[in-house]
Amino acid sequence: MSIRFLLNDTEITRDDFAPDETLLDFLRLEASLTGTKEGCNEGDCGACTVLIGRVQGSELIYEGLNACIKFTGTLHGCHVVTVEHLSPANGKLHPVQQALVDHHGSQCGFCTPGFVMSLYGMWMQNSQPTELDVERNLQGNLCRCTGYRPIVDAALAIQGNANADPLIAERAKVTALLKAMDIGQRVVSGKLDAPFIIPADEDDLAVALIEYPNATIVAGATDVGLWVTKGFRKIAPVISIGGLRDLQNITHEHGSLRIGAGVSYTKALAELEKLHPALGELLWRIGGDQVRNAGTIGGNIAGGSPIGDMPPPLIAMAAIVELRKGNHIRQIPLEDYFITYGKQARETSEFIRAIIIPAPKPNAHFAVYKISKRRNEDISALLGAFHVKLEDNIIISARICFGGMAGTPKRATHVEGALVGQPWNQMTINAARLVFANDYQPLTDMRASAEYRLMTAKNLLQRFFVEHSGETQPIRLETHHAA
Amino acid sequence: MRHETIKNAETKGAVHTSVEHDSAARHVAGRAEYIDDIAEPKGTLHAYVGLSNIAHGTIKAIDLSAVRASAGVVDIMVASEIAHNDISPTGKNDEPILADGKVKYYGQPIFAVLAKTRLEARHAARLAKITYDALPYAIDVLDAAPDDLVTEPLKLQRGDPQTALTKSKHRIINEMRIGGQDHFYLEGHIAFAIPGENQEMVVWSSTQHPSEVQHMVAHVLGAGSSDIEVKVRRMGGGFGGKETQSNQFAVLAALFARKHGKAVKLRLDRDDDMEITGKRHDFHVTYDVGFNNRGVIEALDMVYAARAGFSSDLSGPVTDRALFHADNCYYLPEVRLRSEPRRTNTVSNTAFRGFGGPQGMVGGERVIEEIAYALGLDTLDVRRRNFYGQKTRNVTPYHQTVTDNIIAKLVDELEANCDYQTRRAAIKTFNAQSPVLKKGIALTPVKFGISFTATWYNQAGALIHVYSDGTVHLNHGGTEMGQGLHTKIAQIVADEFQIDLDKVRITATTTAKVPNTSATAASSGTDLNAMAATDACNQIKARLVDFAVEKFNVTKAEISFQAGHIRVGKELIAFADFIKQAYMARVHLSAAGFYKTPKVHWDRKNGTGRPFYYFAYGAACSEVTIDTLTGEYRVERSDLHHDVGRSLNPALDIGQIEGAFIQGMGWLTTEELWWDDKGRLRTHAPSTYKIPLASDIPRTFNTKLVDWSENKERAIRRSKAVGEPPFMLAISVLEALSMAVASIADYKHCPRLDTPATPERVLMAVERLKNISAK
Repeated sequence: MSIRFLLNDTEITRDDFAPDETLLDFLRLEASLTGTKEGCNEGDCGACTVLIGRVQGSELIYEGLNACIKFTGTLHGCHVVTVEHLSPANGKLHPVQQALVDHHGSQCGFCTPGFVMSLYGMWMQNSQPTELDVERNLQGNLCRCTGYRPIVDAALAIQGNANADPLIAERAKVTALLKAMDIGQRVVSGKLDAPFIIPADEDDLAVALIEYPNATIVAGATDVGLWVTKGFRKIAPVISIGGLRDLQNITHEHGSLRIGAGVSYTKALAELEKLHPALGELLWRIGGDQVRNAGTIGGNIAGGSPIGDMPPPLIAMAAIVELRKGNHIRQIPLEDYFITYGKQARETSEFIRAIIIPAPKPNAHFAVYKISKRRNEDISALLGAFHVKLEDNIIISARICFGGMAGTPKRATHVEGALVGQPWNQMTINAARLVFANDYQPLTDMRASAEYRLMTAKNLLQRFFVEHSGETQPIRLETHHAA
Repeated sequence: MRHETIKNAETKGAVHTSVEHDSAARHVAGRAEYIDDIAEPKGTLHAYVGLSNIAHGTIKAIDLSAVRASAGVVDIMVASEIAHNDISPTGKNDEPILADGKVKYYGQPIFAVLAKTRLEARHAARLAKITYDALPYAIDVLDAAPDDLVTEPLKLQRGDPQTALTKSKHRIINEMRIGGQDHFYLEGHIAFAIPGENQEMVVWSSTQHPSEVQHMVAHVLGAGSSDIEVKVRRMGGGFGGKETQSNQFAVLAALFARKHGKAVKLRLDRDDDMEITGKRHDFHVTYDVGFNNRGVIEALDMVYAARAGFSSDLSGPVTDRALFHADNCYYLPEVRLRSEPRRTNTVSNTAFRGFGGPQGMVGGERVIEEIAYALGLDTLDVRRRNFYGQKTRNVTPYHQTVTDNIIAKLVDELEANCDYQTRRAAIKTFNAQSPVLKKGIALTPVKFGISFTATWYNQAGALIHVYSDGTVHLNHGGTEMGQGLHTKIAQIVADEFQIDLDKVRITATTTAKVPNTSATAASSGTDLNAMAATDACNQIKARLVDFAVEKFNVTKAEISFQAGHIRVGKELIAFADFIKQAYMARVHLSAAGFYKTPKVHWDRKNGTGRPFYYFAYGAACSEVTIDTLTGEYRVERSDLHHDVGRSLNPALDIGQIEGAFIQGMGWLTTEELWWDDKGRLRTHAPSTYKIPLASDIPRTFNTKLVDWSENKERAIRRSKAVGEPPFMLAISVLEALSMAVASIADYKHCPRLDTPATPERVLMAVERLKNISAK
């Protein structure tokens, strides 16, 4: 079984992709498609943005992704679209391209193909975007020359008929081609001692992990990609789960939301937002569009990072993580998954299947606050999630969890203790502020000092209190520009 | 404000109209070629550098066995193999290509490796085992010895500030930290050397200074400059980061290319690029100011200490320019300004848009803030009271008289247009009522000196060919890094010949067509090169006129160039036809043009002269909201008024102004360089170093060219340079943040917000003022 995908209008069939070969290197060095640029080689600048079309359910959906941290093998069954596909050489520019020219949206031009692809991806799904849509779409694209104003203006003024677009016109044909590539069997590529494996389904994944207990599981590769591009880590054997449909379901059961481990941030967004608006707001501040399209909720947890943005709110909501090893399935509270820095509860050959999140009770107050140097596409300096239940203005339960304050996402047990049983008033909050230092002794690093982290953590409790005690004046900046 | 058309022209793409960037259509199509996109000759090899992992020490041993054994490795080079191991741009012999015996900063290249693929070279470069005898190191500017300077400091003085300070009614002594900045050009450093016959070599280099790369490569190879051709069609951004920093990678590629007779490419990975190339200097500034009850400055004494890094590079002229801009728009009656370019064990800091000017100006504006908050005045009132005068109070600390001052009118206009007074009053009301969110507004001016302070750099050349079909080939000494230099100069050339812009072919900058060029820097690209191109056009036009006089038996006065034609008497001849006739008559249709800026001179030893041909002016008003619980903030609105004289291309100028403003805002807000205690830069990638995003720009963002201004000097078409000056408009954001913080203590205490004003610094400033208020 070979790796097969469609690159613009050429079908690629190969069984010798190295497990760690990136799409960007494949495009530039092998396919001689140099329109896609390398700016940072870590998925943060967007100069390498390409569109990846994937059949999701019955629909072919194109999403922007960073080619620099995407492993070529993970594209099996996908349509890879690069900037070269938008307009023929010496031919008419695509409406997205023409808008950027008309509004003077390029200066040095190096980031431009990436912006074109991001905007193209948005325009295909939404040809009448608001300013907010554009800002969100461009969170993963850096430009150092223009100051963005002309790019945003261009994005709001893209003309042209989406139905005449080649990707939209050829949707049925491409869908059929891609479906034909997926024959429901395990795909193995690369060398025998360092294979790249795409399991046929979840059961096959369980088998493959028993066969290759030391394998690296790759879903969106937004983290593993950097192990390779920056750390030269050997990751083979690789088991790629990004295309596994069994892990991509979102269901409701017994008042809880169940999210498959392979669900991307983008796909989870609407349901999480319904569960609580604060989760939606948070997701819009995770990575840029390209990272949200690739990265998974499961991956954010599995990696065990103390600064992952999903674990604190999920722990505050008492989420459960479901793991599978062979045929054995178990559930543990998410907070027990994180043992110490670099150590998690996942056993060899085990994988995360799903995350189960109970819906907040009507008497519960919930919030999550992300603090970072730059508002969007930044790693949190700290992130606090608060979940408090009140009865007759008495705090009957409190689950408070912070990221960036310790070696793991960690609950503020002392603070919780100072709250529970107390009246919901400023005096209680003042008392609780005093015990933060018992819960957290944060580090100083390039994102923030220990002093700032601790002070801000306390202030976030204050913010939470004020926002949930009838204050009508805004006390927080909107998380985005008004539409 | 965009697509402003100053005049309707008959030719397409005329001067003063908003023509799109010459490469715009290729940029968006992915068909604009950058150096890494050039097809590689067969057998091309790839070089990479191996870096130190200590900040300071003597190298004991270098074990490269694992590097050599790594897959694909072809060769390794260490310092001892390089005969001329120096690329100091100032001739101080203080900057080795590869560390020779001593390591002077964390990340300094110690060896270079050559391999069949770039990935193999990058991987192998990490496998060396190097042992050192560690030496003490200074990372921060305040760790450095005040007398251990990388180059001669500068002193600017007028009068006797020491005595005057003691006589002033009010006196404030304090200090400020001003952060550095990474260029973060989207295209990292790259060089591609292709050896030719004998000593010949073509080097494609992403550089703002092809002539310097040429000289460095020639020097290091022991060849003549005439053997080396350096080319660059375009850079993916420069911002000063490719003025001297390209040298190291170009010479390494060239050394390997010479040794192996193969084409060699060296392209840095982003993290390495950020770790091993110089940045904007960060400064520690001390100020001692005396002023009267009205806030008028009577005396000022300042010291600007900079983190220069391990070598001089451009730290001399950068710190000089900081002093030249400490005054900004303000008259300083008795003044002493001193620079201290301090040696540190960090990468050697270098040019960055504004070249020290922004740091100088931020220091000067802090002084204004101190005065305003001490006296309970609006900072704008203090600014106005200190503006340079027209006839008096108009001499700078370097004894140049300001003769083109338009700042008062410009600021009045902006103040009215952006409704400053009403909004400021509304903000104060808002702040009195809002418990957590506070707003601030500030209107700050800019005056920026235009010319290289190294007077000999103020020269340029151009080469113009008119082909017999009437099309024109344009080449000049400037480089294109996105600023639209080629577009503007092509507009000028098209205008000179009165032909359509698409008849002028823009070509890659090369040392083989125009020699001995200056860096495309100091905002001077258009000023210098467009004048040289005009000179070349005029030579050819003069020959064409002479030809017409003879051929058609008319006087010179009867000949003119008009919209695609030559008018000869009453007859209009199509340009192409006329050129064909000129060719047949054996008229020389090619010319090399030259220009040198008049009037400038500078006596550095005495701190006097006229370093600047003219000044560019601007002003900006910004409004922000801060969250006093977290220090988070948002820029609500910015209004920019900027003076580019008579704009050559309003769209490109506005692009420069807005881009510079946002880049300046990033410098002053979220872009933070952070070194750990081992001296390693830990903000070496976009994941940790945060430049502005589309969602960070002001929610309301208005930009206006000052349409009544024209250059009083005879600069190209009475325009003004635009690359750097608007960068400093972003100081309005810093000062607006400062005002929001000041509201905590009823605007009676200067918040002393250091930069970058990250959310953390804002919160700490809030806390400081809360504590003051509580006392």
